[in-house]
Amino acid sequence: MRIPCPVCGARPSEEFTYRGDARPVRPPMDSSDQGAWVDYLFFRDDERGRIKEQWQHTGGCRAWIVVDRDTATHAVHGSELARDAAEGGQA
Amino acid sequence: MMSQYSVFQLLRETLRGHTGWRPAWRDPAPKQRYDVVIVGGGGHGLATAYYLAKEHGITNVAVVEKGYLGGGNVGRNTTIVRANYMLPGNQRFYSKSLALWEGLEQELNFNLMMSQRGVLNLAHTDGQVDMFARRANAMRLHGDDAEIWSPEKIAAEVPMLDLDSARFPVRGGLMHKRGGTARHDGVAWGYARAADRLGVDIIQNCEVTAIERDPQGRITGVDTTKGRIKTGKVGLAVAGHTSQVAQMAGLRLPIETHLLQAFVTEGLKPILDQVVTFAAGHFYISQSDKGGLVFGSSLDGYNSYTARGNLPMVEHTAEAAMSLMPCIGRLRLLRHWGGVMDMTMDGSPIISTTHVPGLYLNGGWCYGGFKATPGSGWCFAHTIARDQPHPIGADLRLDRFMTGRELDEAGTGAQPNLH
Ligand SMILES: Cc1cc2nc3c(=O)[nH]c(=O)nc-3n(C[C@H](O)[C@H](O)[C@H](O)COP(=O)(O)OP(=O)(O)OC[C@H]3O[C@@H](n4cnc5c(N)ncnc54)[C@H](O)[C@@H]3O)c2cc1C
Ligand SMILES: [Zn+2]
Repeated sequence: MRIPCPVCGARPSEEFTYRGDARPVRPPMDSSDQGAWVDYLFFRDDERGRIKEQWQHTGGCRAWIVVDRDTATHAVHGSELARDAAEGGQA
Repeated sequence: MMSQYSVFQLLRETLRGHTGWRPAWRDPAPKQRYDVVIVGGGGHGLATAYYLAKEHGITNVAVVEKGYLGGGNVGRNTTIVRANYMLPGNQRFYSKSLALWEGLEQELNFNLMMSQRGVLNLAHTDGQVDMFARRANAMRLHGDDAEIWSPEKIAAEVPMLDLDSARFPVRGGLMHKRGGTARHDGVAWGYARAADRLGVDIIQNCEVTAIERDPQGRITGVDTTKGRIKTGKVGLAVAGHTSQVAQMAGLRLPIETHLLQAFVTEGLKPILDQVVTFAAGHFYISQSDKGGLVFGSSLDGYNSYTARGNLPMVEHTAEAAMSLMPCIGRLRLLRHWGGVMDMTMDGSPIISTTHVPGLYLNGGWCYGGFKATPGSGWCFAHTIARDQPHPIGADLRLDRFMTGRELDEAGTGAQPNLH
Protein backbone atom coordinates (compact mmCIF):
# COMPACT_ATOMS: atom_id res chain seq x y z
CA MET A 1 0.00 0.00 0.00
CA ARG A 2 1.42 3.40 -0.98
CA ILE A 3 0.27 6.57 0.74
CA PRO A 4 0.43 9.82 -1.22
CA CYS A 5 2.02 12.43 1.02
CA PRO A 6 1.11 15.96 -0.20
CA VAL A 7 4.68 17.02 0.62
CA CYS A 8 6.81 13.98 -0.34
CA GLY A 9 4.74 12.18 -2.96
CA ALA A 10 3.73 8.50 -2.91
CA ARG A 11 5.64 6.66 -0.18
CA PRO A 12 5.38 3.12 1.25
CA SER A 13 2.81 2.83 4.04
CA GLU A 14 5.41 1.64 6.55
CA GLU A 15 6.88 5.16 6.62
CA PHE A 16 3.64 6.36 8.19
CA THR A 17 1.98 6.05 11.60
CA TYR A 18 -1.72 5.37 11.65
CA ARG A 19 -4.14 7.18 13.91
CA GLY A 20 -7.57 6.28 12.53
CA ASP A 21 -10.89 7.90 11.60
CA ALA A 22 -10.33 11.61 10.96
CA ARG A 23 -13.87 12.70 11.87
CA PRO A 24 -14.06 12.61 15.66
CA VAL A 25 -13.24 16.09 16.95
CA ARG A 26 -11.99 16.55 20.50
CA PRO A 27 -14.43 18.43 22.73
CA PRO A 28 -13.13 21.76 24.10
CA MET A 29 -10.59 21.06 26.85
CA ASP A 30 -12.82 22.72 29.48
CA SER A 31 -15.88 20.71 28.44
CA SER A 32 -17.40 18.56 31.17
CA ASP A 33 -19.84 16.87 28.83
CA GLN A 34 -19.00 13.27 29.64
CA GLY A 35 -21.03 11.86 26.76
CA ALA A 36 -19.09 13.96 24.27
CA TRP A 37 -15.74 12.78 25.66
CA VAL A 38 -16.81 9.12 25.68
CA ASP A 39 -17.99 9.45 22.12
CA TYR A 40 -14.80 11.15 20.97
CA LEU A 41 -12.51 8.68 22.70
CA PHE A 42 -14.21 5.38 22.08
CA PHE A 43 -17.07 5.24 19.60
CA ARG A 44 -16.52 4.90 15.85
CA ASP A 45 -18.61 4.33 12.72
CA ASP A 46 -16.03 1.82 11.50
CA GLU A 47 -17.35 1.73 7.94
CA ARG A 48 -16.57 -0.84 5.33
CA GLY A 49 -15.72 1.33 2.34
CA ARG A 50 -14.17 4.74 1.74
CA ILE A 51 -13.20 6.66 4.88
CA LYS A 52 -11.12 9.70 5.74
CA GLU A 53 -8.35 8.87 8.17
CA GLN A 54 -5.34 10.47 9.80
CA TRP A 55 -1.83 9.26 9.11
CA GLN A 56 1.47 10.91 10.10
CA HIS A 57 4.49 10.72 7.83
CA THR A 58 6.76 9.85 10.75
CA GLY A 59 9.44 8.36 8.51
CA GLY A 60 9.47 11.40 6.26
CA CYS A 61 8.37 15.01 6.56
CA ARG A 62 6.41 14.30 9.80
CA ALA A 63 3.28 16.05 8.49
CA TRP A 64 -0.14 14.89 9.65
CA ILE A 65 -2.27 14.11 6.65
CA VAL A 66 -5.84 13.03 5.94
CA VAL A 67 -6.03 10.08 3.55
CA ASP A 68 -9.11 8.99 1.61
CA ARG A 69 -8.84 5.19 1.63
CA ASP A 70 -11.18 2.24 1.11
CA THR A 71 -11.21 -0.25 4.01
CA ALA A 72 -12.75 -2.92 1.78
CA THR A 73 -10.10 -2.82 -0.96
CA HIS A 74 -7.11 -0.80 0.39
CA ALA A 75 -7.43 1.52 -2.64
CA VAL A 76 -6.16 5.02 -1.81
CA HIS A 77 -8.07 7.84 -3.47
CA GLY A 78 -6.18 10.91 -2.32
CA SER A 79 -4.82 12.90 0.58
CA GLU A 80 -4.31 16.40 1.90
CA LEU A 81 -2.54 18.02 4.81
CA ALA A 82 -4.56 17.65 8.00
CA ARG A 83 -4.35 21.41 8.50
CA ASP A 84 -5.97 22.04 5.13
CA ALA A 85 -8.64 19.45 5.89
CA ALA A 86 -9.41 21.13 9.22
CA GLU A 87 -9.66 24.49 7.48
CA GLY A 88 -12.40 23.13 5.27
CA GLY A 89 -10.55 21.50 2.38
CA GLN A 90 -12.40 18.99 0.27
CA ALA A 91 -11.80 16.33 2.99
CA MET B 1 -29.66 -39.60 17.26
CA MET B 2 -26.10 -39.91 16.03
CA SER B 3 -23.81 -42.40 17.66
CA GLN B 4 -21.01 -41.59 20.08
CA TYR B 5 -17.56 -41.42 18.55
CA SER B 6 -15.28 -44.02 20.11
CA VAL B 7 -12.27 -46.17 19.34
CA PHE B 8 -14.63 -49.12 18.74
CA GLN B 9 -16.56 -47.18 16.14
CA LEU B 10 -13.29 -46.21 14.50
CA LEU B 11 -12.19 -49.86 14.35
CA ARG B 12 -15.53 -50.95 12.95
CA GLU B 13 -15.42 -48.28 10.26
CA THR B 14 -11.84 -49.16 9.40
CA LEU B 15 -12.96 -52.73 8.69
CA ARG B 16 -15.95 -51.50 6.65
CA GLY B 17 -13.90 -49.12 4.51
CA HIS B 18 -15.33 -46.05 6.30
CA THR B 19 -18.70 -46.37 4.62
CA GLY B 20 -20.78 -45.97 7.78
CA TRP B 21 -19.96 -42.38 8.83
CA ARG B 22 -22.96 -40.04 8.91
CA PRO B 23 -22.96 -36.22 8.76
CA ALA B 24 -22.04 -34.81 12.16
CA TRP B 25 -24.95 -32.35 12.17
CA ARG B 26 -28.22 -31.86 10.28
CA ASP B 27 -28.73 -29.28 7.53
CA PRO B 28 -32.20 -27.92 8.40
CA ALA B 29 -34.21 -25.23 6.66
CA PRO B 30 -34.96 -22.35 9.03
CA LYS B 31 -38.18 -22.61 11.06
CA GLN B 32 -40.62 -19.68 11.25
CA ARG B 33 -39.73 -18.86 14.82
CA TYR B 34 -37.03 -19.52 17.42
CA ASP B 35 -36.66 -18.54 21.07
CA VAL B 36 -33.13 -17.34 20.32
CA VAL B 37 -31.30 -16.63 17.05
CA ILE B 38 -27.52 -16.52 17.21
CA VAL B 39 -25.96 -14.60 14.32
CA GLY B 40 -22.56 -16.08 13.37
CA GLY B 41 -21.52 -19.72 13.35
CA GLY B 42 -17.95 -19.28 14.51
CA GLY B 43 -16.63 -20.80 17.70
CA HIS B 44 -18.40 -18.29 19.92
CA GLY B 45 -21.83 -18.53 18.29
CA LEU B 46 -21.77 -22.32 18.33
CA ALA B 47 -20.51 -22.52 21.92
CA THR B 48 -23.25 -20.10 22.97
CA ALA B 49 -25.93 -22.23 21.33
CA TYR B 50 -24.53 -25.36 22.96
CA TYR B 51 -24.54 -23.86 26.47
CA LEU B 52 -28.00 -22.31 25.94
CA ALA B 53 -29.31 -25.81 25.29
CA LYS B 54 -27.17 -27.67 27.80
CA GLU B 55 -27.02 -25.28 30.77
CA HIS B 56 -30.23 -23.29 30.36
CA GLY B 57 -32.58 -25.77 28.69
CA ILE B 58 -33.27 -23.41 25.79
CA THR B 59 -33.19 -25.69 22.75
CA ASN B 60 -35.38 -23.84 20.23
CA VAL B 61 -32.29 -22.03 18.97
CA ALA B 62 -30.92 -21.28 15.50
CA VAL B 63 -27.32 -20.45 14.64
CA VAL B 64 -27.36 -18.50 11.37
CA GLU B 65 -24.06 -18.47 9.48
CA LYS B 66 -23.49 -16.59 6.23
CA GLY B 67 -20.75 -18.93 5.02
CA TYR B 68 -19.71 -22.36 6.24
CA LEU B 69 -18.70 -23.48 9.74
CA GLY B 70 -15.04 -22.84 10.35
CA GLY B 71 -14.71 -20.30 7.54
CA GLY B 72 -14.33 -17.30 9.83
CA ASN B 73 -11.67 -16.52 12.39
CA VAL B 74 -12.27 -19.77 14.25
CA GLY B 75 -10.55 -21.49 11.33
CA ARG B 76 -7.92 -18.80 10.72
CA ASN B 77 -6.22 -18.30 14.06
CA THR B 78 -2.87 -19.50 15.37
CA THR B 79 -4.71 -21.74 17.90
CA ILE B 80 -3.07 -20.51 21.09
CA VAL B 81 -4.99 -21.21 24.30
CA ARG B 82 -3.89 -19.57 27.56
CA ALA B 83 -4.99 -17.83 30.74
CA ASN B 84 -2.10 -15.49 31.52
CA TYR B 85 -3.95 -12.21 31.99
CA MET B 86 -3.43 -9.79 34.85
CA LEU B 87 -6.44 -7.50 35.27
CA PRO B 88 -9.02 -9.19 37.54
CA GLY B 89 -11.93 -8.81 35.09
CA ASN B 90 -9.98 -10.58 32.34
CA GLN B 91 -8.24 -13.06 34.63
CA ARG B 92 -11.46 -14.46 36.07
CA PHE B 93 -12.92 -14.90 32.64
CA TYR B 94 -9.94 -16.52 30.87
CA SER B 95 -9.29 -18.74 33.85
CA LYS B 96 -12.83 -20.13 33.61
CA SER B 97 -12.40 -20.53 29.88
CA LEU B 98 -9.20 -22.58 30.32
CA ALA B 99 -10.92 -24.76 32.92
CA LEU B 100 -13.71 -25.44 30.41
CA TRP B 101 -11.15 -26.30 27.70
CA GLU B 102 -9.66 -28.92 29.98
CA GLY B 103 -12.81 -31.06 30.01
CA LEU B 104 -14.13 -30.13 26.59
CA GLU B 105 -13.11 -33.13 24.47
CA GLN B 106 -14.89 -35.52 26.82
CA GLU B 107 -17.89 -33.24 27.16
CA LEU B 108 -18.33 -32.79 23.40
CA ASN B 109 -17.21 -36.33 22.52
CA PHE B 110 -14.96 -34.77 19.88
CA ASN B 111 -11.20 -34.81 19.38
CA LEU B 112 -10.11 -31.15 19.60
CA MET B 113 -6.41 -32.11 19.63
CA MET B 114 -6.12 -30.05 22.79
CA SER B 115 -2.44 -29.94 23.62
CA GLN B 116 -1.35 -28.32 26.90
CA ARG B 117 2.23 -28.03 25.78
CA GLY B 118 2.90 -24.82 27.72
CA VAL B 119 3.15 -21.19 26.63
CA LEU B 120 6.53 -19.54 27.21
CA ASN B 121 6.73 -15.72 27.06
CA LEU B 122 10.34 -14.61 26.67
CA ALA B 123 11.68 -11.52 28.45
CA HIS B 124 14.55 -9.56 26.90
CA THR B 125 15.20 -6.82 29.45
CA ASP B 126 15.39 -6.68 33.23
CA GLY B 127 12.21 -4.61 33.19
CA GLN B 128 10.39 -7.34 31.31
CA VAL B 129 11.63 -9.97 33.76
CA ASP B 130 10.18 -7.91 36.62
CA MET B 131 6.94 -7.39 34.74
CA PHE B 132 6.60 -11.12 34.08
CA ALA B 133 7.29 -11.89 37.74
CA ARG B 134 4.48 -9.54 38.66
CA ARG B 135 2.16 -11.17 36.13
CA ALA B 136 3.16 -14.67 37.31
CA ASN B 137 2.35 -13.71 40.89
CA ALA B 138 -1.04 -12.36 39.85
CA MET B 139 -1.76 -15.57 37.96
CA ARG B 140 -0.75 -17.80 40.88
CA LEU B 141 -2.71 -15.73 43.38
CA HIS B 142 -5.70 -16.35 41.20
CA GLY B 143 -5.07 -20.09 41.27
CA ASP B 144 -3.61 -20.54 37.78
CA ASP B 145 -0.16 -21.90 37.06
CA ALA B 146 2.92 -19.81 36.29
CA GLU B 147 6.67 -20.35 36.57
CA ILE B 148 9.59 -18.04 35.98
CA TRP B 149 12.22 -19.81 33.87
CA SER B 150 15.88 -18.82 33.95
CA PRO B 151 17.88 -18.49 30.72
CA GLU B 152 19.62 -21.81 31.59
CA LYS B 153 16.30 -23.59 31.97
CA ILE B 154 15.09 -22.09 28.68
CA ALA B 155 18.31 -23.19 26.92
CA ALA B 156 17.73 -26.75 28.13
CA GLU B 157 14.03 -26.91 27.27
CA VAL B 158 13.92 -24.89 24.04
CA PRO B 159 17.35 -25.36 22.45
CA MET B 160 16.49 -23.93 19.02
CA LEU B 161 16.18 -20.33 20.26
CA ASP B 162 18.91 -17.75 19.84
CA LEU B 163 19.31 -16.83 23.49
CA ASP B 164 22.33 -14.51 23.34
CA SER B 165 21.48 -12.31 20.40
CA ALA B 166 23.26 -9.00 20.97
CA ARG B 167 20.11 -6.95 20.54
CA PHE B 168 17.46 -9.13 22.16
CA PRO B 169 19.17 -11.45 24.64
CA VAL B 170 16.77 -13.74 26.52
CA ARG B 171 16.83 -12.81 30.21
CA GLY B 172 14.15 -15.20 31.38
CA GLY B 173 10.65 -16.33 30.65
CA LEU B 174 7.15 -16.79 32.00
CA MET B 175 6.04 -20.40 31.56
CA HIS B 176 2.29 -21.13 31.70
CA LYS B 177 2.16 -24.92 31.52
CA ARG B 178 -1.59 -25.36 31.19
CA GLY B 179 -1.56 -23.18 28.08
CA GLY B 180 -1.08 -24.68 24.63
CA THR B 181 -2.93 -25.21 21.38
CA ALA B 182 -6.11 -26.84 20.08
CA ARG B 183 -7.33 -27.73 16.61
CA HIS B 184 -9.15 -24.53 15.65
CA ASP B 185 -11.85 -25.61 13.20
CA GLY B 186 -12.31 -28.84 15.19
CA VAL B 187 -13.63 -26.65 18.00
CA ALA B 188 -16.35 -25.28 15.71
CA TRP B 189 -17.25 -28.80 14.52
CA GLY B 190 -17.27 -30.23 18.03
CA TYR B 191 -19.60 -27.55 19.38
CA ALA B 192 -21.76 -27.74 16.24
CA ARG B 193 -22.26 -31.48 16.56
CA ALA B 194 -22.98 -31.29 20.29
CA ALA B 195 -25.42 -28.37 19.89
CA ASP B 196 -27.18 -30.09 17.00
CA ARG B 197 -27.69 -33.20 19.13
CA LEU B 198 -29.46 -31.06 21.71
CA GLY B 199 -31.86 -29.74 19.06
CA VAL B 200 -30.15 -26.53 17.90
CA ASP B 201 -30.63 -25.77 14.19
CA ILE B 202 -27.42 -24.79 12.44
CA ILE B 203 -28.23 -22.93 9.24
CA GLN B 204 -25.27 -22.35 6.93
CA ASN B 205 -25.06 -20.19 3.80
CA CYS B 206 -27.62 -17.87 5.35
CA GLU B 207 -26.65 -14.23 5.85
CA VAL B 208 -28.53 -11.97 8.22
CA THR B 209 -29.35 -8.82 6.24
CA ALA B 210 -31.53 -6.92 8.71
CA ILE B 211 -32.51 -6.95 12.36
CA GLU B 212 -36.20 -6.23 12.89
CA ARG B 213 -37.69 -4.31 15.83
CA ASP B 214 -41.17 -3.26 16.91
CA PRO B 215 -42.18 0.39 17.45
CA GLN B 216 -40.96 0.17 21.07
CA GLY B 217 -37.56 -0.87 19.77
CA ARG B 218 -37.79 -4.48 20.91
CA ILE B 219 -36.27 -7.22 18.76
CA THR B 220 -38.86 -9.12 16.70
CA GLY B 221 -36.73 -11.08 14.26
CA VAL B 222 -34.07 -11.12 11.60
CA ASP B 223 -34.23 -10.99 7.83
CA THR B 224 -31.91 -13.41 6.06
CA THR B 225 -31.01 -14.61 2.60
CA LYS B 226 -33.21 -17.63 3.42
CA GLY B 227 -36.18 -15.55 4.50
CA ARG B 228 -37.47 -13.95 7.69
CA ILE B 229 -37.06 -15.61 11.06
CA LYS B 230 -39.10 -14.45 14.05
CA THR B 231 -37.52 -14.31 17.49
CA GLY B 232 -37.54 -12.18 20.61
CA LYS B 233 -33.82 -12.58 21.27
CA VAL B 234 -30.90 -12.07 18.93
CA GLY B 235 -27.33 -12.79 20.03
CA LEU B 236 -24.58 -11.31 17.83
CA ALA B 237 -21.37 -13.36 17.60
CA VAL B 238 -19.98 -12.21 14.25
CA ALA B 239 -16.39 -11.36 15.29
CA GLY B 240 -14.81 -9.31 12.45
CA HIS B 241 -18.22 -8.09 11.27
CA THR B 242 -19.44 -6.82 14.63
CA SER B 243 -19.52 -3.11 13.72
CA GLN B 244 -21.54 -3.75 10.59
CA VAL B 245 -24.07 -6.21 11.97
CA ALA B 246 -24.59 -4.10 15.11
CA GLN B 247 -25.34 -1.15 12.83
CA MET B 248 -28.38 -3.08 11.57
CA ALA B 249 -29.86 -2.50 15.02
CA GLY B 250 -28.60 1.07 15.28
CA LEU B 251 -25.75 0.24 17.62
CA ARG B 252 -22.51 2.22 17.36
CA LEU B 253 -19.59 0.52 19.12
CA PRO B 254 -16.13 1.19 20.58
CA ILE B 255 -14.65 -1.02 17.86
CA GLU B 256 -12.36 -0.61 14.86
CA THR B 257 -11.94 -3.41 12.36
CA HIS B 258 -8.35 -4.43 11.62
CA LEU B 259 -6.42 -7.07 9.78
CA LEU B 260 -4.13 -9.80 11.14
CA GLN B 261 -2.01 -12.23 9.14
CA ALA B 262 -0.77 -15.74 9.97
CA PHE B 263 1.77 -18.07 8.41
CA VAL B 264 2.63 -21.76 8.28
CA THR B 265 5.82 -23.36 6.95
CA GLU B 266 6.41 -26.69 5.27
CA GLY B 267 6.41 -29.63 7.70
CA LEU B 268 9.51 -30.70 9.57
CA LYS B 269 10.55 -33.06 12.37
CA PRO B 270 9.70 -31.89 15.90
CA ILE B 271 11.90 -28.92 16.85
CA LEU B 272 9.65 -26.88 19.14
CA ASP B 273 7.68 -28.43 22.00
CA GLN B 274 6.04 -25.30 23.43
CA VAL B 275 4.26 -22.20 22.24
CA VAL B 276 6.92 -19.45 22.40
CA THR B 277 6.33 -15.71 22.28
CA PHE B 278 9.04 -13.16 21.59
CA ALA B 279 8.40 -10.01 23.57
CA ALA B 280 10.96 -7.89 21.73
CA GLY B 281 8.88 -7.88 18.58
CA HIS B 282 5.45 -9.31 19.35
CA PHE B 283 5.83 -12.67 17.64
CA TYR B 284 4.43 -16.09 18.55
CA ILE B 285 5.27 -19.52 17.18
CA SER B 286 4.36 -23.15 17.71
CA GLN B 287 4.67 -26.39 15.76
CA SER B 288 1.53 -28.09 14.53
CA ASP B 289 1.01 -31.84 14.77
CA LYS B 290 1.62 -32.03 11.02
CA GLY B 291 5.06 -30.49 11.61
CA GLY B 292 4.53 -27.03 10.15
CA LEU B 293 5.63 -24.02 12.16
CA VAL B 294 2.59 -21.80 12.75
CA PHE B 295 3.34 -18.18 13.55
CA GLY B 296 2.17 -14.61 13.47
CA SER B 297 2.87 -11.15 14.84
CA SER B 298 1.08 -7.80 14.99
CA LEU B 299 -1.86 -6.29 13.14
CA ASP B 300 -1.15 -4.64 9.80
CA GLY B 301 -2.11 -1.51 11.70
CA TYR B 302 -4.81 0.28 9.70
CA ASN B 303 -8.58 -0.26 9.51
CA SER B 304 -9.43 -3.00 7.06
CA TYR B 305 -12.22 -5.37 6.17
CA THR B 306 -10.08 -7.36 3.72
CA ALA B 307 -8.85 -10.70 4.97
CA ARG B 308 -5.71 -9.97 2.95
CA GLY B 309 -2.54 -8.48 4.35
CA ASN B 310 0.27 -6.38 2.92
CA LEU B 311 3.95 -7.19 2.53
CA PRO B 312 5.50 -4.91 5.21
CA MET B 313 3.98 -7.09 7.94
CA VAL B 314 5.18 -10.24 6.17
CA GLU B 315 8.70 -8.82 6.27
CA HIS B 316 8.37 -7.74 9.90
CA THR B 317 7.15 -11.18 10.91
CA ALA B 318 9.98 -12.91 9.03
CA GLU B 319 12.48 -10.61 10.77
CA ALA B 320 11.09 -11.51 14.19
CA ALA B 321 11.20 -15.20 13.29
CA MET B 322 14.84 -14.88 12.25
CA SER B 323 15.80 -12.99 15.43
CA LEU B 324 14.24 -15.67 17.60
CA MET B 325 15.03 -18.86 15.66
CA PRO B 326 17.72 -18.23 13.03
CA CYS B 327 17.72 -21.98 12.26
CA ILE B 328 14.39 -21.71 10.39
CA GLY B 329 15.68 -19.27 7.77
CA ARG B 330 15.75 -21.84 4.94
CA LEU B 331 12.17 -23.01 5.47
CA ARG B 332 9.56 -22.21 2.87
CA LEU B 333 6.17 -20.79 3.73
CA LEU B 334 3.46 -23.22 2.79
CA ARG B 335 0.49 -20.94 3.35
CA HIS B 336 -0.23 -17.43 4.50
CA TRP B 337 -3.60 -15.83 5.14
CA GLY B 338 -5.41 -13.04 6.96
CA GLY B 339 -8.43 -12.51 9.15
CA VAL B 340 -10.59 -9.53 10.09
CA MET B 341 -10.43 -8.52 13.75
CA ASP B 342 -12.96 -6.60 15.82
CA MET B 343 -10.50 -4.53 17.88
CA THR B 344 -11.96 -2.74 20.88
CA MET B 345 -10.71 0.56 22.22
CA ASP B 346 -9.33 -1.05 25.39
CA GLY B 347 -8.22 -4.35 23.88
CA SER B 348 -10.68 -6.42 25.93
CA PRO B 349 -13.81 -8.16 24.64
CA ILE B 350 -17.49 -7.34 25.09
CA ILE B 351 -20.15 -9.79 26.34
CA SER B 352 -23.20 -7.74 27.14
CA THR B 353 -26.83 -6.84 27.09
CA THR B 354 -27.47 -3.69 25.04
CA HIS B 355 -29.89 -0.76 25.22
CA VAL B 356 -32.00 -2.56 22.59
CA PRO B 357 -34.33 -4.98 24.43
CA GLY B 358 -33.70 -8.51 23.13
CA LEU B 359 -30.35 -7.70 21.51
CA TYR B 360 -27.21 -9.21 23.05
CA LEU B 361 -23.67 -8.50 21.99
CA ASN B 362 -20.65 -10.77 21.92
CA GLY B 363 -17.70 -9.20 20.13
CA GLY B 364 -14.52 -7.20 20.28
CA TRP B 365 -12.40 -10.33 20.58
CA CYS B 366 -9.42 -8.62 19.01
CA TYR B 367 -6.87 -11.27 18.14
CA GLY B 368 -7.29 -13.32 21.28
CA GLY B 369 -10.76 -14.76 21.01
CA PHE B 370 -9.96 -18.38 20.20
CA LYS B 371 -8.85 -19.24 23.73
CA ALA B 372 -11.99 -17.53 24.98
CA THR B 373 -14.38 -19.72 22.97
CA PRO B 374 -15.74 -21.94 25.78
CA GLY B 375 -15.83 -19.15 28.38
CA SER B 376 -17.45 -16.77 25.93
CA GLY B 377 -20.20 -19.24 25.06
CA TRP B 378 -20.69 -20.01 28.73
CA CYS B 379 -21.12 -16.35 29.77
CA PHE B 380 -23.02 -15.24 26.67
CA ALA B 381 -25.56 -18.06 27.02
CA HIS B 382 -26.15 -16.94 30.61
CA THR B 383 -26.51 -13.31 29.54
CA ILE B 384 -29.07 -14.22 26.87
CA ALA B 385 -31.02 -16.67 29.04
CA ARG B 386 -31.15 -14.48 32.18
CA ASP B 387 -30.93 -11.00 30.71
CA GLN B 388 -27.98 -10.14 32.92
CA PRO B 389 -24.22 -10.64 32.83
CA HIS B 390 -22.62 -13.79 34.20
CA PRO B 391 -20.58 -12.88 37.31
CA ILE B 392 -17.43 -14.20 35.62
CA GLY B 393 -17.89 -12.02 32.56
CA ALA B 394 -19.49 -9.06 34.31
CA ASP B 395 -16.53 -6.72 33.76
CA LEU B 396 -16.77 -7.27 29.99
CA ARG B 397 -20.02 -5.28 29.76
CA LEU B 398 -20.37 -2.70 27.01
CA ASP B 399 -21.20 0.12 29.44
CA ARG B 400 -17.68 -0.02 30.90
CA PHE B 401 -16.68 2.54 28.26
CA MET B 402 -19.29 4.97 29.59
CA THR B 403 -18.37 4.51 33.23
CA GLY B 404 -14.57 4.64 33.10
CA ARG B 405 -14.08 0.92 33.75
CA GLU B 406 -12.08 -0.01 30.65
CA LEU B 407 -9.90 -3.11 30.85
CA ASP B 408 -6.72 -1.96 29.15
CA GLU B 409 -4.47 -4.98 29.70
CA ALA B 410 -1.67 -3.54 27.53
CA GLY B 411 -1.98 -0.01 28.93
CA THR B 412 -1.87 1.65 25.52
CA GLY B 413 -5.05 3.73 25.64
CA ALA B 414 -7.88 4.06 23.15
CA GLN B 415 -5.80 3.19 20.09
CA PRO B 416 -6.90 -0.24 18.81
CA ASN B 417 -3.92 -0.86 16.53
CA LEU B 418 -1.62 -0.81 19.58
CA HIS B 419 -3.39 -3.48 21.63
C1 LIG C 1 -4.64 -14.69 11.95
C2 LIG C 1 -5.35 -14.82 13.28
C3 LIG C 1 -4.67 -15.37 14.37
C4 LIG C 1 -5.31 -15.50 15.61
N1 LIG C 1 -4.65 -16.13 16.64
C5 LIG C 1 -5.29 -16.37 17.82
C6 LIG C 1 -4.65 -17.13 18.85
O1 LIG C 1 -3.53 -17.63 18.68
N2 LIG C 1 -5.32 -17.31 20.02
C7 LIG C 1 -6.55 -16.79 20.22
O2 LIG C 1 -7.08 -16.96 21.32
N3 LIG C 1 -7.20 -16.09 19.25
C8 LIG C 1 -6.61 -15.88 18.05
N4 LIG C 1 -7.26 -15.19 17.04
C9 LIG C 1 -8.58 -14.61 17.31
C10 LIG C 1 -9.72 -15.59 17.18
O3 LIG C 1 -9.59 -16.36 16.01
C11 LIG C 1 -11.06 -14.83 17.14
O4 LIG C 1 -11.11 -13.86 18.17
C12 LIG C 1 -12.26 -15.75 17.33
O5 LIG C 1 -12.18 -16.86 16.48
C13 LIG C 1 -13.55 -14.96 17.06
O6 LIG C 1 -14.72 -15.66 17.40
P1 LIG C 1 -15.48 -16.67 16.40
O7 LIG C 1 -14.76 -17.96 16.38
O8 LIG C 1 -16.87 -16.75 16.84
O9 LIG C 1 -15.33 -15.90 15.01
P2 LIG C 1 -15.65 -16.33 13.52
O10 LIG C 1 -15.20 -17.72 13.26
O11 LIG C 1 -15.10 -15.27 12.64
O12 LIG C 1 -17.23 -16.34 13.51
C14 LIG C 1 -18.05 -15.26 13.15
C15 LIG C 1 -18.97 -15.74 12.07
O13 LIG C 1 -20.00 -14.78 11.82
C16 LIG C 1 -20.36 -14.90 10.47
N5 LIG C 1 -21.10 -13.71 10.05
C17 LIG C 1 -20.65 -12.45 9.89
N6 LIG C 1 -21.63 -11.63 9.47
C18 LIG C 1 -22.75 -12.39 9.37
C19 LIG C 1 -24.10 -12.12 8.99
N7 LIG C 1 -24.50 -10.90 8.62
N8 LIG C 1 -24.99 -13.16 9.00
C20 LIG C 1 -24.60 -14.40 9.37
N9 LIG C 1 -23.34 -14.71 9.74
C21 LIG C 1 -22.42 -13.71 9.74
C22 LIG C 1 -19.02 -15.07 9.75
O14 LIG C 1 -19.20 -15.66 8.48
C23 LIG C 1 -18.26 -15.96 10.74
O15 LIG C 1 -18.31 -17.33 10.39
C24 LIG C 1 -6.64 -15.03 15.77
C25 LIG C 1 -7.32 -14.49 14.69
C26 LIG C 1 -6.69 -14.39 13.43
C27 LIG C 1 -7.45 -13.84 12.25
ZN1 LIG D 1 5.79 13.47 3.80
